Amino acid sequence: MFLTFITFLPIIGALFLAFFPKENEGAIKQTALAVAAADFLLSLFLWTNFDSSTHKMQFELNTSWIESWGINYHIGLDGISLLLYVMTTFLTLICVIASWDVKKHIREYMMAMLALSTGMLGVFISLDLFIFYVFWEFQLVPMYIIVGVWGGPRRIYAAVKFFIYTAVGSLLMLVAIIWIYFHVKETTGVATADILFITDNISAPLDIQKWLWMAFFLAFAIKVPMFPFHTWLPDAHVEAPTAGSVILAGVLLKMGTYGFLRFNLPFFPQASYDFMPFVAWLSIIGIVYGALVSMVQEDLKKLVAYSSVSHLGFVMLGIFALNEYGIQGALIQNINHGISTGALFLLVGVIYDRRHTRLIKEFGGLSKQMPVYAVCFMIVALSSIGLPGMNGFVGEFLVLLGIFQVNGLWAACATSGVILAACYILWMFQRVMFLELNNPKNMELKDLNVRELITVIPLLVLIFWIGLYPKPFMKTFDASVNHLVSRVSPDNFRPTKDHQEDGGHHASLMTKTELAKLSQRLQKTSHN
Amino acid sequence: MLLKLTCLVPLFPLIGSIINGFFGLRIGKNAVGIIAAGSMALSFLTSILVYVGYLMLPEGQHVFEQVVWTWFGAGDFSVDFGFQVDPLTLVMMFVVTGVGFIIHVYAIGYMHEEYSFYRFFAYFNLFASAMLLLIMGNNFLLMFIGWEGVGCCSYFLIGYYFEKKSACDAGTKAFIVNRVGDFAFLLAVMYIFNIFGTIDFSEVMHAAPEKLIYAGEAVTIITLLLFIGATGKSAQIPLYTWLPDAMEGPTPVSALIHAATMVTAGVYMIVRCSVLFNLAPMTMMVVAGTGAATAIMAATIGMTQFDIKRVLAYSTVSQIGYMILACGVGAYTAAIFHLVTHAFFKACLFLGSGSVIHGIHGEQDMRKMGGLKNYMPVTYWTFLVSTLAIAGIPPLSGFFSKDEVLYHALMDGNIIFWGMGISAALLTAFYMFRLVFMTFHGESRVDPHIHPHESPKVMTMPLVILAGLATIGGILGIPLFHGWHILHNWLEPVLHFDLAHALEHSEHMLHEAGRHAPSWAHLLNPKEHNLWLEIFLMAFSACVAITGIVAAYIFYIKRPDLPDKFTKGQWGFELVQNKYGVDELYDSTFVKPTVEASHLLWKECDAKAIDGTVIGVAKIIGWLSKQARIFQSGFVRNYALFIAVGFISLLLIMF
Repeated sequence: MFLTFITFLPIIGALFLAFFPKENEGAIKQTALAVAAADFLLSLFLWTNFDSSTHKMQFELNTSWIESWGINYHIGLDGISLLLYVMTTFLTLICVIASWDVKKHIREYMMAMLALSTGMLGVFISLDLFIFYVFWEFQLVPMYIIVGVWGGPRRIYAAVKFFIYTAVGSLLMLVAIIWIYFHVKETTGVATADILFITDNISAPLDIQKWLWMAFFLAFAIKVPMFPFHTWLPDAHVEAPTAGSVILAGVLLKMGTYGFLRFNLPFFPQASYDFMPFVAWLSIIGIVYGALVSMVQEDLKKLVAYSSVSHLGFVMLGIFALNEYGIQGALIQNINHGISTGALFLLVGVIYDRRHTRLIKEFGGLSKQMPVYAVCFMIVALSSIGLPGMNGFVGEFLVLLGIFQVNGLWAACATSGVILAACYILWMFQRVMFLELNNPKNMELKDLNVRELITVIPLLVLIFWIGLYPKPFMKTFDASVNHLVSRVSPDNFRPTKDHQEDGGHHASLMTKTELAKLSQRLQKTSHN
Repeated sequence: MLLKLTCLVPLFPLIGSIINGFFGLRIGKNAVGIIAAGSMALSFLTSILVYVGYLMLPEGQHVFEQVVWTWFGAGDFSVDFGFQVDPLTLVMMFVVTGVGFIIHVYAIGYMHEEYSFYRFFAYFNLFASAMLLLIMGNNFLLMFIGWEGVGCCSYFLIGYYFEKKSACDAGTKAFIVNRVGDFAFLLAVMYIFNIFGTIDFSEVMHAAPEKLIYAGEAVTIITLLLFIGATGKSAQIPLYTWLPDAMEGPTPVSALIHAATMVTAGVYMIVRCSVLFNLAPMTMMVVAGTGAATAIMAATIGMTQFDIKRVLAYSTVSQIGYMILACGVGAYTAAIFHLVTHAFFKACLFLGSGSVIHGIHGEQDMRKMGGLKNYMPVTYWTFLVSTLAIAGIPPLSGFFSKDEVLYHALMDGNIIFWGMGISAALLTAFYMFRLVFMTFHGESRVDPHIHPHESPKVMTMPLVILAGLATIGGILGIPLFHGWHILHNWLEPVLHFDLAHALEHSEHMLHEAGRHAPSWAHLLNPKEHNLWLEIFLMAFSACVAITGIVAAYIFYIKRPDLPDKFTKGQWGFELVQNKYGVDELYDSTFVKPTVEASHLLWKECDAKAIDGTVIGVAKIIGWLSKQARIFQSGFVRNYALFIAVGFISLLLIMF
């Protein structure tokens, strides 16, 4: 029940807000803030009570919803969803604070924000395919409204494009879901859409597996977005208000990668293995292509949007390395991208609020006028290019390490993204922050105010925290990833003889190094 | 135990940096200076304590490791935030904290007029901390934090005058070129983990002879990748182009980062991985060749530049070329020896040039100097001493270290490497004395409105100390008495490598794989240390250095009209003066095509092809819907027509 409460608290708050008089902006904002803050604190409680030693679902609730169809209200969290869940409440809180100065229809804005939060949280906890689909489609609506009402000049175009593009992808997924439902009913005799049950019992022949895999793939690949399904993203980001961009980058895109981990991999391990080169190459193209296109953007938000395509390429690559390094790296990179890119959008929003433009050529020399802003921006920029000691590096390195185990060439191609990232970020930084302050419109710019600092500083803390000591984060999904890998590991599908040799060799190697490590540790401790 | 203090060594500068960064503007310049230099001093003193602690280690133990926490991991991969202390680390620690402290003190004087004094020292301290992390990390990734960290600080400090476009461009260029090297370094680390299942230095180096086949594919690729990483950081061909531009930063930065410490990180890394390089003879040839080529190429460019700092920058590139050459022939001790002496004399030279620039109000063009030795005697004499050291005049430090490199280039390499090295030595003596003569001797060409003056004590004292070190630094490696080479004995535990043992394992592994092992017997012939040859070579190179100095004297003091005669209108000279056009070449082969391709990708591929398809699909559906609308006209007669047509078609199909 607790999990249900946290998930629905925001939308209850939103309904509550509907009864507030429109004029009472202060009360509306404070209530929204209180709801978001309470939700975040409660979700932290989930984290502290989370048992990270098991891959099993926790805080589970399973009650019948539509009995005749076997649809249950089944929810729960495991290591793969926990951090995404907490990040959603966290970024919602940040976004409510960041939207303090919204002038237009503040009540409706906050309502949409809170409703969006429930929609996203629901996606991460659903353990029933139909519930999942309901939440998956539901969160589109508030986002559509946020972009369409509070967005920039081309907001209607962007909102419609965002909505239809995503919905089209989801429709195929719906078809696949229905197929699976009937298939499972046929083979096991149980009419259910329960994700855990299906994961254990699905046994479609390989060619059908592949079709189903592709249906899910399309829905999630659009959401991620993977190259070449990414063109809705720059439009949506550019037109969305600041908080909308933060949520979009921070959470909505993660729903795509989450989908791969929750559905494509465990449902169709063999198909996932067969499609691995295909996904890997798309990801690599995404990494390089996103970085290159990002480099020549003139609009700051578009630049960040294309950099997202590049970063999410890393996440996808890690997932489809199908080993522990890659998937753990992908999961932490999910979080990192939410933090770094979220912070970048917040910071771009800061100067947009002041100047009402995001064109790079309008700026220059800002660090003289806004030193605190410049420092924050620099830290976030460096985190985004994966400087070791900051969060981006941990994820990127694990992803690359994971893919290197599979194919050295892929790893080399993907690593070139590291160079390109430095190019586009530093070049942008130079043109915005350095050089002479010669645009008279920038002479009077004010540095970050307290409210803006409150939104940025937690993200900066996380950047260093994850960069230097990611263990509290990474240990939450350790067991779940192990379990997932044991299911999807390529070793399961290679010809048996090969498999034995390979596995045996690897095992002996591992024990050898582990022994060496252990003995060395012992030496160290005895010596100290 | 004293060794437990190890982790404090990089921590002090970090704390200094944080204090100065956050509160620097409030606490005033004096406090900022004291905190910055003080933290370096503390770091230096702690290094001494750690050294004492190291000496007290029990017999037979050469490495001390201190794991502070587990950084991150996944599956069986795990990387510690751990430090290690061994002889090599200790040498580097003293260089970084010692020379670093001296340069910090100097910078207090040099930067005193700056408004962003605190910002400078926050970066400067942060750099020192990152550099210490680089040399003290006990695994490849921790080294990589320092590796990228120093690159990042170098980026900040090159772009310190961020309102100048040239400074920003130089900073960005340095970062990106370094990233190319880092890219290779990262791949090497992944490859190493793939083979060893660990990235801990001591474990990898220990297991290497047993896991890698001598001259095999794996070790060759790994070492080549590592070496590419080193060329980025240590400014070697082909990634050296960022270093001369990096002179846009304040002079203390050039002294500390772009001469004494950061740029030698590549050399340090190669020596740290010496076991791997020893197993890869092909890579060694590449390393030695690159080093020799860089040494001579940079020296030729150095002869043609007029900006005092750029001459020194090319000289740095050239001298690091020597170190890399030494690594390439397996003379790691010589490489570290030259690294240390170079840190002394090059830091002194850069600080001296800073003193000159300070004294004539920011002028850097040597054509507008001259005759300065009377105005700034301390700067002149210290500069002269360091110049003699770099030129290789006995008994100054540079003479011994350079000779050791050259001796090994001949003995362990071949006569071509030696020939390139000795030619570069000739050029070095020439261009360095060209610099001294143009700056300090002859007629003054200084703008008459400027009154040159000597720098304050806080700046000249560091010069004197460094000049002193440049003079006596050779003690570390006086080679004449066999077995008395202090540095060699000191580094022996790190560099120890049993080739016979490795070859035996390689043969075994090859046999197991069913392959034939080539004959490696000739590799095991011990090489005699030829004392007389070394003495002869020393005398010879001293003569070469003197020849260079005399030539410079003739050209720039005796017959000042000669240089123009030789250079005017010569296409060869202009080519060299334009740095062989390498910058332009890179610009037209890498930078411009990439940017143009990106534009093309964006405008044509992204906007037209991909998004066009998406919009096109939407449009087609819209068009189809419009066609379908015709049928829903709302007129009863149309519907009646459709019913009739449908009925008839149905009948036709049925019958």
